[in-house]
Amino acid sequence: MLLTVDHVTRYRYDQPVRGVVQSHRLTPSVFDGQRVVSWSIVVSDASRGAQFRDGAGDALQSWTVKGPVSSVEVRVQGTVETHDLAGVLRGHRETVPPDAYLRDTPATAADLALRDLSAAAKGAEGPLAAAHALAAAVADAIAYRPGVTEARTTAAEALALGEGVCQDHAHALIAVARAAGLPARYVSGYLFADKTGTPHEAAHAWAEIHVSGLGWVGFDPANRCCPDARYIRLGSGFDAQDAAPIRGVARGPGHEALNVSVTVTETAAQAQSQQ
Amino acid sequence: MTTYFNEMYQGKSVRPPYARLEDWMKSMPAELRHMKQAEAEALFRRIGITFAVYGEGGDPDRLIPFDMFPRVFTSSEWSRLERGIKQRARALNAFLVDVYGRGEIIRAGRIPSRLVYQNAAYEKAVAGFRPPKGVYSHIVGIDLVRTGPDDFCVLEDNCRTPSGVSYMLENREIMMRMFPDLFRENRIQPVEQYPELLRRTFASVAPDKCDGEPTVVILTPGHFNSAYYEHSFLADLMGVELVEGQDLFVEGGFVWMRTTEGPRRVDVIYRRIDDAFIDPLCFRPDSMLGVPGLMDVYRSGGVTICSAPGAGVADDKAVYTFVPEMIRFYLGEEPILQNVPTWQCGKSDDLKYVLEHLAELVVKEVHGSGGYGMLVGPKSTKDQVEAFRARIIADPGNYIAQPTLALSTTPTFVAEGIAPRHVDLRPYCLVGERIELVPGGLTRVALTEGSLVVNSSQGGGVKDTWVLAE
Repeated sequence: MLLTVDHVTRYRYDQPVRGVVQSHRLTPSVFDGQRVVSWSIVVSDASRGAQFRDGAGDALQSWTVKGPVSSVEVRVQGTVETHDLAGVLRGHRETVPPDAYLRDTPATAADLALRDLSAAAKGAEGPLAAAHALAAAVADAIAYRPGVTEARTTAAEALALGEGVCQDHAHALIAVARAAGLPARYVSGYLFADKTGTPHEAAHAWAEIHVSGLGWVGFDPANRCCPDARYIRLGSGFDAQDAAPIRGVARGPGHEALNVSVTVTETAAQAQSQQ
Repeated sequence: MTTYFNEMYQGKSVRPPYARLEDWMKSMPAELRHMKQAEAEALFRRIGITFAVYGEGGDPDRLIPFDMFPRVFTSSEWSRLERGIKQRARALNAFLVDVYGRGEIIRAGRIPSRLVYQNAAYEKAVAGFRPPKGVYSHIVGIDLVRTGPDDFCVLEDNCRTPSGVSYMLENREIMMRMFPDLFRENRIQPVEQYPELLRRTFASVAPDKCDGEPTVVILTPGHFNSAYYEHSFLADLMGVELVEGQDLFVEGGFVWMRTTEGPRRVDVIYRRIDDAFIDPLCFRPDSMLGVPGLMDVYRSGGVTICSAPGAGVADDKAVYTFVPEMIRFYLGEEPILQNVPTWQCGKSDDLKYVLEHLAELVVKEVHGSGGYGMLVGPKSTKDQVEAFRARIIADPGNYIAQPTLALSTTPTFVAEGIAPRHVDLRPYCLVGERIELVPGGLTRVALTEGSLVVNSSQGGGVKDTWVLAE
């Protein structure tokens, strides 16, 4: 598929701040399932800072906005050609060993209920079947419902509520996978909402589980599937905070208001008749 | 009955390094000694050196007792120690470069993957990044105890930001002021070059992007920190700026320091704040002590951070057991300094040994600290030993055991006169383009009779440490 993204994030400060520094993970990952046709990131009145690829394979870019400033706009626009690899992250270069993703964070720590849920992996034949079973168990246990959880909700809290959004699904799946001894991580990206299915959230998140022999495989419990050509992958981390596409700090006492709009559309391939 | 190695006396004869100290000691009647002791304390107070060592907590304004009786090594004793310390510092750095790179030692099955990659001190954020000159730990503080004329054991490695070096420098300074004659009579190797060597070590690891003389700063959490005195002391002696997070900012891929003449680029940061706090955009988002964006600049080669973020994975209690293995694996050498033998109660053979010898051993919780959840076999009653035995059997994986170490003693001024007291040693090894070790370190002394605990929070003091010239 040819997917076009338009992603705008606006920060408004009720009092002008002295300056803003941000670190972005906003560039599509490099792997066999996607190829960037065009991509641009524009930050209002900002100067570019450090730029590099980290050990997890993510492209990071810093920005500095000099104050006084009362609003910052980050606009990401681009087109990516995607292929369905059934969730397998093939051809992705990274140096962080999978075992590093066996570590818990506060958001992904497994309580008793999550440990019980991780029993879904028992009896599965091999790690891939176990991962599928865990993803299904999380999808069954947490219904999609926006507005009941917030950014700081942990996997354990979301499971107790039985409701949440893609971030909660991903955290819960990471928690149960790690509890079952499988390395797991949080992935942020975009999702194209097509007419046939009912996927949620264009700015999306899912989990990857490391399956020996296959490598990292994506699972999206929110949509009960593995990432396919409708997905664009940006970056990963231990949890949502660690994998955030934008992390920033504003210097000053002002209160920050955030507004995000994301659209992902399919660009028709411009077929030319060949006579 | 355990015998302890006395570093001054072998029976009635005086060991050579202390030969000239016997007369000095005898020439000090109690009155003069008390006067000198009061003078030393006044000097320490005037300088303002009152901070707690090694993050032990306690009252930061309390003066750590200074014992005037120096601890002495011959040059040949020292040269073996020096080789052992440098060997260890090289191996620890090789290990860090490896585990953030290809992880050969783990692939080779010499260290369990879990101990490294699931360690809280392992920083995924720096995987694949090689710091300038391949150095992660620029100051390696190695805690040593002596158990015999040629027997030294490493208690622990400190690869992050070992503190206490200001005591090494101040103890010497004060001894030289109070007893100039001693320094004429004994040929004592100097330690005063340490700040300059430290500065050169930092300059030698400046990033490739730095052209010209590197700008070095010390990043402190501020004056509420117990070691703030040491931060400002070292900044002064090195002739570099002492800054807090708010004095620095990132822009254009570099780190800048606010000065009255405008921003000045910073090339090397000696940070005395923990990894978790150095950059809210990479680690703890609530940190107010760090510099937002610092880690991005670091990882793109715009600035060097000393010690490198992630260095802590080499000085963990569990990883410690494997340092001799690191020396063999990376350097192809046999370790010159020994580890304290450690039994892992989680292993059935070890557990059997520990349970059979419980009354002789020190047993610790794997993640315990500060002397809690600990059994000192020889100092415990039968009931205490039996109660602890039940705890070990209930959860063997939670315990390690070590022999009760017979720490050496040196003569120490005490209320009754002069008596032997137990000591340890922390030398500070510098690793940059070269590896340097000043001849000396910090000697801590357990002032309470019979005590083997040198921590200042439990009645420990400090001494000047001499290494004699050939």
